[in-house]
Amino acid sequence: MLGMLGEGFIVSLQIFCLTLLGSLPLGLLVAFGRMSRIKPLSIAVQIYISVMRGTPLMLQLMVVYYLPYFGFGIGIGDSYRFVATIIAFVINYAAYFAEIYRSGIQSIPRGQYEAAGVLGYSRAQTFFSIIFPQVVKRILPAVTNEVITLVKDTSLSFVLSVPEMFTTAKAIAAAQKSMVAFAVAGVFYYVFNAVVAFAMNLVEKKMDYYHE
Amino acid sequence: MNEAKPKPSAKVSDQKPTREQKHLLSLEHIKKSFGDARVLKDISIKVDTGEVVAVIGPSGSGKSTLLRCATLLETFESGRLAYGDLTIAENDANGCAVYASKAVLKHAKTRFGLVFQNFNLFPHYTVLHNITAAPLRVQKREREEVVALAQSLLDKMGLAGKENMVPCELSGGQQQRVAIARALALNPQVLFFDEPTSALDPELTREVLNVIRDLAAEHMTMVIVTHEMSFARDVADRIVFMEGGVIVEEGTAASLIANPQQERTKAFLSHYGE
Repeated sequence: MLGMLGEGFIVSLQIFCLTLLGSLPLGLLVAFGRMSRIKPLSIAVQIYISVMRGTPLMLQLMVVYYLPYFGFGIGIGDSYRFVATIIAFVINYAAYFAEIYRSGIQSIPRGQYEAAGVLGYSRAQTFFSIIFPQVVKRILPAVTNEVITLVKDTSLSFVLSVPEMFTTAKAIAAAQKSMVAFAVAGVFYYVFNAVVAFAMNLVEKKMDYYHE
Repeated sequence: MNEAKPKPSAKVSDQKPTREQKHLLSLEHIKKSFGDARVLKDISIKVDTGEVVAVIGPSGSGKSTLLRCATLLETFESGRLAYGDLTIAENDANGCAVYASKAVLKHAKTRFGLVFQNFNLFPHYTVLHNITAAPLRVQKREREEVVALAQSLLDKMGLAGKENMVPCELSGGQQQRVAIARALALNPQVLFFDEPTSALDPELTREVLNVIRDLAAEHMTMVIVTHEMSFARDVADRIVFMEGGVIVEEGTAASLIANPQQERTKAFLSHYGE
Protein backbone atom coordinates (compact mmCIF):
# COMPACT_ATOMS: atom_id res chain seq x y z
CA MET A 1 0.00 0.00 0.00
CA LEU A 2 2.75 2.44 0.94
CA GLY A 3 4.45 1.79 -2.39
CA MET A 4 1.28 2.60 -4.32
CA LEU A 5 0.63 5.70 -2.27
CA GLY A 6 4.27 6.68 -2.74
CA GLU A 7 3.85 6.44 -6.51
CA GLY A 8 0.72 8.55 -6.20
CA PHE A 9 2.61 11.02 -4.11
CA ILE A 10 5.18 11.44 -6.87
CA VAL A 11 2.37 12.40 -9.26
CA SER A 12 0.94 14.84 -6.68
CA LEU A 13 4.40 16.33 -6.31
CA GLN A 14 4.64 16.71 -10.08
CA ILE A 15 1.32 18.54 -10.19
CA PHE A 16 2.46 20.74 -7.32
CA CYS A 17 5.81 21.67 -8.86
CA LEU A 18 4.56 22.17 -12.42
CA THR A 19 1.69 24.32 -11.16
CA LEU A 20 4.03 26.61 -9.24
CA LEU A 21 6.49 26.71 -12.13
CA GLY A 22 3.72 27.83 -14.44
CA SER A 23 1.49 29.95 -12.24
CA LEU A 24 4.08 32.05 -10.42
CA PRO A 25 5.46 33.68 -13.61
CA LEU A 26 2.06 33.67 -15.34
CA GLY A 27 0.54 35.33 -12.30
CA LEU A 28 3.01 38.20 -12.64
CA LEU A 29 2.04 38.67 -16.29
CA VAL A 30 -1.63 38.58 -15.32
CA ALA A 31 -0.97 41.18 -12.62
CA PHE A 32 0.65 43.44 -15.24
CA GLY A 33 -2.39 42.95 -17.46
CA ARG A 34 -4.70 43.75 -14.57
CA MET A 35 -2.78 46.98 -13.82
CA SER A 36 -2.37 47.89 -17.49
CA ARG A 37 -3.47 51.31 -18.65
CA ILE A 38 -4.91 49.63 -21.75
CA LYS A 39 -8.53 49.44 -20.63
CA PRO A 40 -9.73 46.46 -22.72
CA LEU A 41 -6.77 44.37 -21.55
CA SER A 42 -7.33 45.30 -17.94
CA ILE A 43 -11.03 44.50 -18.15
CA ALA A 44 -10.44 41.17 -19.90
CA VAL A 45 -7.96 40.20 -17.20
CA GLN A 46 -10.38 41.24 -14.47
CA ILE A 47 -13.05 38.98 -15.97
CA TYR A 48 -10.57 36.12 -16.17
CA ILE A 49 -9.58 36.56 -12.54
CA SER A 50 -13.17 36.82 -11.43
CA VAL A 51 -14.15 33.59 -13.24
CA MET A 52 -11.14 31.71 -11.90
CA ARG A 53 -11.86 32.77 -8.36
CA GLY A 54 -15.61 32.52 -8.63
CA THR A 55 -15.99 28.96 -9.89
CA PRO A 56 -14.84 25.69 -8.33
CA LEU A 57 -11.43 24.43 -9.33
CA MET A 58 -12.98 20.99 -9.74
CA LEU A 59 -15.34 22.37 -12.37
CA GLN A 60 -12.45 24.12 -14.10
CA LEU A 61 -10.59 20.82 -14.25
CA MET A 62 -13.58 19.22 -15.96
CA VAL A 63 -13.98 22.08 -18.42
CA VAL A 64 -10.31 22.11 -19.40
CA TYR A 65 -10.37 18.33 -19.84
CA TYR A 66 -13.58 18.05 -21.85
CA LEU A 67 -13.48 21.33 -23.75
CA PRO A 68 -11.28 20.11 -26.63
CA TYR A 69 -13.68 17.23 -27.32
CA PHE A 70 -17.09 18.77 -26.69
CA GLY A 71 -16.10 22.24 -27.74
CA PHE A 72 -13.98 21.55 -30.80
CA GLY A 73 -14.45 17.87 -31.55
CA ILE A 74 -10.77 17.14 -30.98
CA GLY A 75 -10.15 13.61 -29.76
CA ILE A 76 -8.45 13.50 -26.39
CA GLY A 77 -6.09 10.72 -25.43
CA ASP A 78 -5.40 9.35 -21.99
CA SER A 79 -2.22 11.39 -21.63
CA TYR A 80 -4.28 14.57 -21.83
CA ARG A 81 -5.64 13.94 -18.33
CA PHE A 82 -2.39 15.04 -16.76
CA VAL A 83 -1.88 17.92 -19.18
CA ALA A 84 -5.42 19.16 -18.55
CA THR A 85 -4.81 18.99 -14.81
CA ILE A 86 -1.68 21.12 -15.09
CA ILE A 87 -3.38 23.64 -17.39
CA ALA A 88 -6.35 24.03 -15.07
CA PHE A 89 -4.19 24.35 -11.97
CA VAL A 90 -1.85 26.85 -13.61
CA ILE A 91 -4.56 29.17 -14.90
CA ASN A 92 -6.45 28.95 -11.61
CA TYR A 93 -3.47 29.63 -9.37
CA ALA A 94 -2.13 32.33 -11.70
CA ALA A 95 -5.32 34.28 -11.03
CA TYR A 96 -4.82 34.09 -7.28
CA PHE A 97 -1.11 34.87 -7.50
CA ALA A 98 -1.86 37.81 -9.80
CA GLU A 99 -3.97 39.46 -7.14
CA ILE A 100 -1.29 38.83 -4.55
CA TYR A 101 1.38 40.33 -6.81
CA ARG A 102 -0.85 43.31 -7.51
CA SER A 103 -1.42 44.02 -3.83
CA GLY A 104 2.33 43.83 -3.26
CA ILE A 105 3.27 46.00 -6.22
CA GLN A 106 0.74 48.65 -5.31
CA SER A 107 1.99 48.77 -1.73
CA ILE A 108 5.48 49.94 -2.73
CA PRO A 109 5.76 53.71 -2.18
CA ARG A 110 6.01 55.97 -5.22
CA GLY A 111 9.26 57.34 -3.87
CA GLN A 112 11.03 54.12 -4.76
CA TYR A 113 10.09 54.52 -8.42
CA GLU A 114 11.05 58.19 -8.31
CA ALA A 115 14.42 57.56 -6.69
CA ALA A 116 15.23 54.91 -9.28
CA GLY A 117 13.99 57.13 -12.10
CA VAL A 118 16.16 60.06 -11.05
CA LEU A 119 19.16 57.72 -10.84
CA GLY A 120 18.57 56.83 -14.49
CA TYR A 121 17.08 53.35 -14.10
CA SER A 122 14.91 52.21 -16.97
CA ARG A 123 11.40 51.03 -16.17
CA ALA A 124 12.40 47.38 -16.44
CA GLN A 125 15.50 47.89 -14.28
CA THR A 126 13.42 49.73 -11.71
CA PHE A 127 10.88 46.95 -11.55
CA PHE A 128 13.19 43.99 -11.43
CA SER A 129 15.96 45.29 -9.20
CA ILE A 130 14.16 47.79 -6.96
CA ILE A 131 10.45 47.01 -6.82
CA PHE A 132 10.11 43.26 -7.27
CA PRO A 133 12.52 42.17 -4.52
CA GLN A 134 10.59 44.31 -2.06
CA VAL A 135 7.30 42.93 -3.37
CA VAL A 136 8.49 39.38 -2.78
CA LYS A 137 9.20 40.10 0.85
CA ARG A 138 5.81 41.70 1.36
CA ILE A 139 3.74 39.00 -0.33
CA LEU A 140 5.56 35.99 1.05
CA PRO A 141 3.03 35.20 3.82
CA ALA A 142 0.14 35.36 1.33
CA VAL A 143 2.04 33.21 -1.16
CA THR A 144 2.78 30.66 1.55
CA ASN A 145 -0.96 30.39 2.17
CA GLU A 146 -1.65 29.70 -1.47
CA VAL A 147 1.16 27.16 -1.76
CA ILE A 148 -0.17 25.24 1.23
CA THR A 149 -3.63 25.28 -0.27
CA LEU A 150 -2.18 24.01 -3.52
CA VAL A 151 -0.70 20.95 -1.79
CA LYS A 152 -4.19 19.97 -0.68
CA ASP A 153 -5.85 21.04 -3.93
CA THR A 154 -3.76 18.58 -5.94
CA SER A 155 -6.18 15.96 -4.62
CA LEU A 156 -8.94 17.51 -6.73
CA SER A 157 -7.36 16.02 -9.84
CA PHE A 158 -8.98 12.73 -8.82
CA VAL A 159 -11.99 13.94 -10.86
CA LEU A 160 -9.89 13.41 -13.99
CA SER A 161 -8.62 10.07 -12.63
CA VAL A 162 -5.06 11.30 -12.64
CA PRO A 163 -3.19 8.65 -10.64
CA GLU A 164 -2.08 11.03 -7.90
CA MET A 165 -2.10 10.20 -4.23
CA PHE A 166 -5.75 10.85 -3.44
CA THR A 167 -6.98 8.87 -6.47
CA THR A 168 -4.74 6.02 -5.38
CA ALA A 169 -5.92 6.21 -1.78
CA LYS A 170 -9.54 6.08 -2.93
CA ALA A 171 -8.86 3.01 -5.04
CA ILE A 172 -7.04 1.23 -2.22
CA ALA A 173 -9.75 2.11 0.28
CA ALA A 174 -12.42 0.72 -2.03
CA ALA A 175 -10.49 -2.47 -2.69
CA GLN A 176 -9.56 -3.10 0.95
CA LYS A 177 -12.81 -1.81 2.42
CA SER A 178 -10.71 0.15 4.91
CA MET A 179 -9.98 3.74 5.86
CA VAL A 180 -6.27 3.12 6.40
CA ALA A 181 -5.22 4.34 2.96
CA PHE A 182 -7.00 7.64 3.55
CA ALA A 183 -5.31 8.04 6.91
CA VAL A 184 -1.90 7.35 5.41
CA ALA A 185 -2.58 9.78 2.55
CA GLY A 186 -3.60 12.37 5.15
CA VAL A 187 -0.26 11.92 6.88
CA PHE A 188 1.54 12.32 3.54
CA TYR A 189 -0.28 15.59 2.85
CA TYR A 190 0.36 16.84 6.33
CA VAL A 191 4.08 16.10 6.25
CA PHE A 192 4.35 17.59 2.77
CA ASN A 193 2.77 20.79 4.02
CA ALA A 194 4.95 20.86 7.11
CA VAL A 195 7.98 20.77 4.81
CA VAL A 196 6.49 23.52 2.62
CA ALA A 197 5.77 25.69 5.65
CA PHE A 198 9.27 25.10 6.98
CA ALA A 199 10.86 26.01 3.66
CA MET A 200 8.76 29.15 3.26
CA ASN A 201 9.63 30.13 6.80
CA LEU A 202 13.33 29.85 5.93
CA VAL A 203 12.83 32.12 2.94
CA GLU A 204 10.96 34.62 5.11
CA LYS A 205 13.78 34.57 7.67
CA LYS A 206 16.29 35.13 4.92
CA MET A 207 14.48 38.32 3.94
CA ASP A 208 14.27 39.48 7.51
CA TYR A 209 17.57 41.32 7.26
CA TYR A 210 15.70 44.54 6.52
CA HIS A 211 12.38 46.17 7.15
CA GLU A 212 10.98 49.34 5.69
CA MET B 1 40.56 58.68 6.13
CA ASN B 2 40.17 60.69 3.01
CA GLU B 3 43.15 61.12 0.74
CA ALA B 4 44.46 64.58 0.02
CA LYS B 5 42.80 64.61 -3.41
CA PRO B 6 40.50 67.61 -3.88
CA LYS B 7 37.14 65.91 -4.27
CA PRO B 8 35.90 62.66 -5.65
CA SER B 9 33.49 64.14 -8.15
CA ALA B 10 34.48 65.87 -11.40
CA LYS B 11 35.45 62.59 -13.01
CA VAL B 12 33.45 62.70 -16.19
CA SER B 13 35.30 64.50 -18.95
CA ASP B 14 32.38 66.37 -20.50
CA GLN B 15 31.65 68.26 -17.32
CA LYS B 16 32.25 71.82 -18.44
CA PRO B 17 29.76 73.28 -20.84
CA THR B 18 31.70 74.32 -23.90
CA ARG B 19 30.28 77.78 -24.42
CA GLU B 20 30.60 80.37 -21.71
CA GLN B 21 27.06 81.65 -22.09
CA LYS B 22 25.24 78.45 -21.21
CA HIS B 23 23.85 78.26 -17.72
CA LEU B 24 24.27 74.97 -16.00
CA LEU B 25 20.54 74.86 -15.47
CA SER B 26 17.94 77.08 -16.96
CA LEU B 27 14.22 77.00 -16.36
CA GLU B 28 12.38 79.55 -18.46
CA HIS B 29 8.74 80.55 -18.20
CA ILE B 30 7.68 77.25 -16.69
CA LYS B 31 3.93 76.78 -16.40
CA LYS B 32 2.42 73.77 -14.76
CA SER B 33 -1.08 72.85 -13.57
CA PHE B 34 -2.61 69.94 -11.75
CA GLY B 35 -6.10 69.89 -13.20
CA ASP B 36 -7.49 73.37 -12.65
CA ALA B 37 -4.89 74.33 -10.09
CA ARG B 38 -2.12 76.38 -11.63
CA VAL B 39 0.88 75.42 -9.53
CA LEU B 40 3.63 77.17 -11.47
CA LYS B 41 2.81 80.44 -13.20
CA ASP B 42 5.66 81.49 -15.42
CA ILE B 43 8.70 80.63 -13.34
CA SER B 44 12.23 81.31 -14.56
CA ILE B 45 15.40 80.39 -12.73
CA LYS B 46 18.95 80.15 -13.99
CA VAL B 47 21.74 78.48 -12.09
CA ASP B 48 25.42 78.82 -12.89
CA THR B 49 28.26 76.48 -12.06
CA GLY B 50 29.21 76.59 -8.41
CA GLU B 51 26.14 78.51 -7.37
CA VAL B 52 24.02 77.52 -4.39
CA VAL B 53 20.41 78.60 -4.75
CA ALA B 54 17.91 78.23 -1.93
CA VAL B 55 14.21 78.19 -2.75
CA ILE B 56 12.00 79.21 0.12
CA GLY B 57 8.30 79.81 0.48
CA PRO B 58 5.19 78.60 2.26
CA SER B 59 3.72 75.14 1.72
CA GLY B 60 1.86 74.91 -1.56
CA SER B 61 3.90 77.67 -3.15
CA GLY B 62 5.03 75.31 -5.92
CA LYS B 63 8.67 75.04 -4.91
CA SER B 64 8.67 71.26 -4.71
CA THR B 65 6.79 71.03 -7.99
CA LEU B 66 9.42 73.24 -9.56
CA LEU B 67 12.12 70.87 -8.36
CA ARG B 68 10.16 67.90 -9.62
CA CYS B 69 9.83 69.54 -13.02
CA ALA B 70 13.56 70.22 -13.14
CA THR B 71 14.30 66.58 -12.25
CA LEU B 72 11.83 65.19 -14.79
CA LEU B 73 9.55 63.67 -12.15
CA GLU B 74 6.80 65.94 -13.46
CA THR B 75 6.25 67.35 -16.90
CA PHE B 76 5.27 70.95 -17.41
CA GLU B 77 2.89 72.29 -20.03
CA SER B 78 4.81 75.28 -21.17
CA GLY B 79 8.32 76.65 -20.87
CA ARG B 80 11.89 75.65 -21.51
CA LEU B 81 14.25 73.45 -19.51
CA ALA B 82 17.91 72.98 -20.35
CA TYR B 83 20.98 71.57 -18.67
CA GLY B 84 23.89 73.40 -20.28
CA ASP B 85 23.85 72.59 -23.96
CA LEU B 86 21.24 69.88 -23.43
CA THR B 87 17.72 71.11 -24.12
CA ILE B 88 15.20 68.94 -22.30
CA ALA B 89 11.98 70.66 -23.23
CA GLU B 90 11.11 73.63 -25.37
CA ASN B 91 7.93 75.31 -26.50
CA ASP B 92 6.57 74.57 -29.94
CA ALA B 93 4.88 77.22 -32.06
CA ASN B 94 1.73 76.95 -29.96
CA GLY B 95 3.57 77.54 -26.71
CA CYS B 96 3.29 73.93 -25.55
CA ALA B 97 6.37 72.33 -24.08
CA VAL B 98 7.74 69.48 -26.17
CA TYR B 99 10.16 67.11 -24.49
CA ALA B 100 13.31 65.77 -26.11
CA SER B 101 13.80 62.11 -26.99
CA LYS B 102 14.11 59.42 -24.36
CA ALA B 103 17.83 59.15 -25.05
CA VAL B 104 18.33 62.85 -24.34
CA LEU B 105 16.29 62.62 -21.14
CA LYS B 106 18.34 59.65 -20.04
CA HIS B 107 21.53 61.55 -20.73
CA ALA B 108 20.18 64.56 -18.85
CA LYS B 109 19.65 62.40 -15.79
CA THR B 110 23.41 61.98 -15.50
CA ARG B 111 23.72 65.74 -15.01
CA PHE B 112 21.65 66.14 -11.89
CA GLY B 113 20.99 64.36 -8.65
CA LEU B 114 18.02 64.68 -6.32
CA VAL B 115 17.85 64.24 -2.56
CA PHE B 116 14.31 63.58 -1.35
CA GLN B 117 12.59 64.67 1.82
CA ASN B 118 11.94 61.02 2.72
CA PHE B 119 15.37 59.81 1.59
CA ASN B 120 13.86 57.05 -0.58
CA LEU B 121 16.82 54.77 -0.10
CA PHE B 122 16.37 51.24 -1.37
CA PRO B 123 15.59 49.36 1.85
CA HIS B 124 16.72 45.96 0.58
CA TYR B 125 20.17 47.21 -0.44
CA THR B 126 23.08 47.76 1.90
CA VAL B 127 24.44 51.28 2.27
CA LEU B 128 27.27 50.51 -0.15
CA HIS B 129 24.94 48.91 -2.66
CA ASN B 130 22.60 51.90 -2.49
CA ILE B 131 25.48 54.11 -3.56
CA THR B 132 27.10 51.87 -6.14
CA ALA B 133 24.01 50.42 -7.83
CA ALA B 134 23.28 53.25 -10.25
CA PRO B 135 26.88 54.00 -11.27
CA LEU B 136 27.36 50.29 -12.00
CA ARG B 137 24.03 49.49 -13.61
CA VAL B 138 23.13 52.73 -15.32
CA GLN B 139 26.49 54.30 -16.07
CA LYS B 140 28.30 50.95 -16.47
CA ARG B 141 31.38 52.23 -14.69
CA GLU B 142 34.20 50.08 -13.34
CA ARG B 143 33.35 48.35 -10.07
CA GLU B 144 36.69 49.18 -8.48
CA GLU B 145 36.42 52.88 -9.22
CA VAL B 146 32.80 53.04 -8.08
CA VAL B 147 33.42 51.21 -4.81
CA ALA B 148 36.42 53.42 -4.06
CA LEU B 149 34.36 56.51 -4.78
CA ALA B 150 31.52 55.21 -2.60
CA GLN B 151 33.95 54.60 0.25
CA SER B 152 35.38 58.09 0.02
CA LEU B 153 31.89 59.59 -0.13
CA LEU B 154 30.90 57.65 2.98
CA ASP B 155 34.04 58.93 4.70
CA LYS B 156 33.08 62.42 3.78
CA MET B 157 29.56 61.91 5.10
CA GLY B 158 30.94 60.64 8.38
CA LEU B 159 29.56 57.19 7.69
CA ALA B 160 32.72 55.13 7.29
CA GLY B 161 32.17 51.60 8.54
CA LYS B 162 28.46 51.59 7.76
CA GLU B 163 28.92 50.08 4.28
CA ASN B 164 27.23 46.80 5.05
CA MET B 165 24.36 48.08 7.09
CA VAL B 166 20.88 48.39 5.63
CA PRO B 167 18.99 51.68 5.76
CA CYS B 168 16.61 50.56 8.53
CA GLU B 169 19.60 50.22 10.84
CA LEU B 170 20.49 53.89 10.41
CA SER B 171 19.04 57.05 11.89
CA GLY B 172 17.14 59.42 9.63
CA GLY B 173 20.10 61.77 9.46
CA GLN B 174 22.41 58.94 8.48
CA GLN B 175 19.94 57.74 5.87
CA GLN B 176 19.74 61.19 4.38
CA ARG B 177 23.53 61.38 4.22
CA VAL B 178 23.59 58.03 2.42
CA ALA B 179 21.03 59.47 0.01
CA ILE B 180 23.34 62.44 -0.61
CA ALA B 181 26.25 60.08 -1.22
CA ARG B 182 24.07 58.06 -3.58
CA ALA B 183 23.28 61.18 -5.59
CA LEU B 184 26.91 62.32 -5.63
CA ALA B 185 28.17 58.95 -6.81
CA LEU B 186 26.77 59.68 -10.26
CA ASN B 187 28.99 62.77 -10.48
CA PRO B 188 26.12 65.15 -11.14
CA GLN B 189 26.75 68.73 -12.20
CA VAL B 190 23.96 69.99 -10.01
CA LEU B 191 22.36 68.54 -6.91
CA PHE B 192 18.75 69.24 -5.96
CA PHE B 193 17.46 68.97 -2.42
CA ASP B 194 13.74 68.77 -1.74
CA GLU B 195 13.32 69.81 1.90
CA PRO B 196 16.13 67.47 2.92
CA THR B 197 15.66 67.95 6.64
CA SER B 198 11.89 68.21 6.97
CA ALA B 199 11.61 64.60 8.13
CA LEU B 200 14.36 64.98 10.72
CA ASP B 201 14.56 66.23 14.28
CA PRO B 202 16.84 69.23 15.03
CA GLU B 203 19.83 67.14 16.04
CA LEU B 204 19.76 65.05 12.87
CA THR B 205 18.96 68.13 10.82
CA ARG B 206 22.26 69.63 11.90
CA GLU B 207 24.23 66.57 10.69
CA VAL B 208 22.65 66.81 7.27
CA LEU B 209 22.99 70.57 6.97
CA ASN B 210 26.67 70.32 7.86
CA VAL B 211 27.21 67.92 5.00
CA ILE B 212 25.45 70.28 2.61
CA ARG B 213 27.55 73.16 3.97
CA ASP B 214 30.71 71.15 3.19
CA LEU B 215 29.48 70.59 -0.34
CA ALA B 216 28.81 74.31 -0.73
CA ALA B 217 32.36 75.05 0.44
CA GLU B 218 33.57 72.77 -2.36
CA HIS B 219 31.46 74.78 -4.81
CA MET B 220 29.08 72.02 -5.63
CA THR B 221 26.22 73.52 -7.62
CA MET B 222 23.05 73.05 -5.60
CA VAL B 223 19.40 74.02 -5.61
CA ILE B 224 17.88 73.58 -2.18
CA VAL B 225 14.22 73.80 -1.26
CA THR B 226 14.26 74.40 2.46
CA HIS B 227 12.48 75.81 5.47
CA GLU B 228 15.75 76.36 7.33
CA MET B 229 16.13 80.11 6.97
CA SER B 230 19.40 80.59 8.80
CA PHE B 231 20.87 77.71 6.86
CA ALA B 232 19.68 79.25 3.59
CA ARG B 233 21.21 82.57 4.57
CA ASP B 234 24.55 80.99 5.48
CA VAL B 235 24.93 78.59 2.62
CA ALA B 236 23.09 79.97 -0.37
CA ASP B 237 24.51 82.53 -2.76
CA ARG B 238 21.05 83.40 -3.87
CA ILE B 239 17.61 82.97 -2.37
CA VAL B 240 14.42 82.67 -4.36
CA PHE B 241 11.17 83.33 -2.52
CA MET B 242 8.16 81.67 -4.08
CA GLU B 243 4.51 82.00 -3.24
CA GLY B 244 1.38 81.02 -5.12
CA GLY B 245 3.31 79.65 -8.08
CA VAL B 246 5.31 82.79 -8.80
CA ILE B 247 8.70 84.10 -7.77
CA VAL B 248 7.91 86.98 -5.47
CA GLU B 249 11.44 88.04 -4.80
CA GLU B 250 14.94 86.91 -5.57
CA GLY B 251 18.27 88.18 -4.36
CA THR B 252 21.54 87.47 -2.63
CA ALA B 253 21.09 85.49 0.54
CA ALA B 254 22.10 88.24 2.89
CA SER B 255 20.06 91.00 1.28
CA LEU B 256 16.86 89.01 0.83
CA ILE B 257 16.76 87.81 4.40
CA ALA B 258 17.98 91.01 6.05
CA ASN B 259 16.25 93.45 3.78
CA PRO B 260 13.31 91.99 1.88
CA GLN B 261 11.68 94.39 -0.57
CA GLN B 262 8.28 92.78 -0.99
CA GLU B 263 5.57 92.83 1.66
CA ARG B 264 4.85 89.13 1.16
CA THR B 265 8.49 88.25 1.66
CA LYS B 266 8.58 90.28 4.83
CA ALA B 267 5.43 88.60 6.12
CA PHE B 268 6.79 85.16 5.34
CA LEU B 269 10.15 85.83 6.93
CA SER B 270 8.58 87.27 10.05
CA HIS B 271 6.76 83.96 10.55
CA TYR B 272 10.08 82.23 10.41
CA GLY B 273 11.79 84.93 12.42
CA GLU B 274 14.59 83.65 14.58
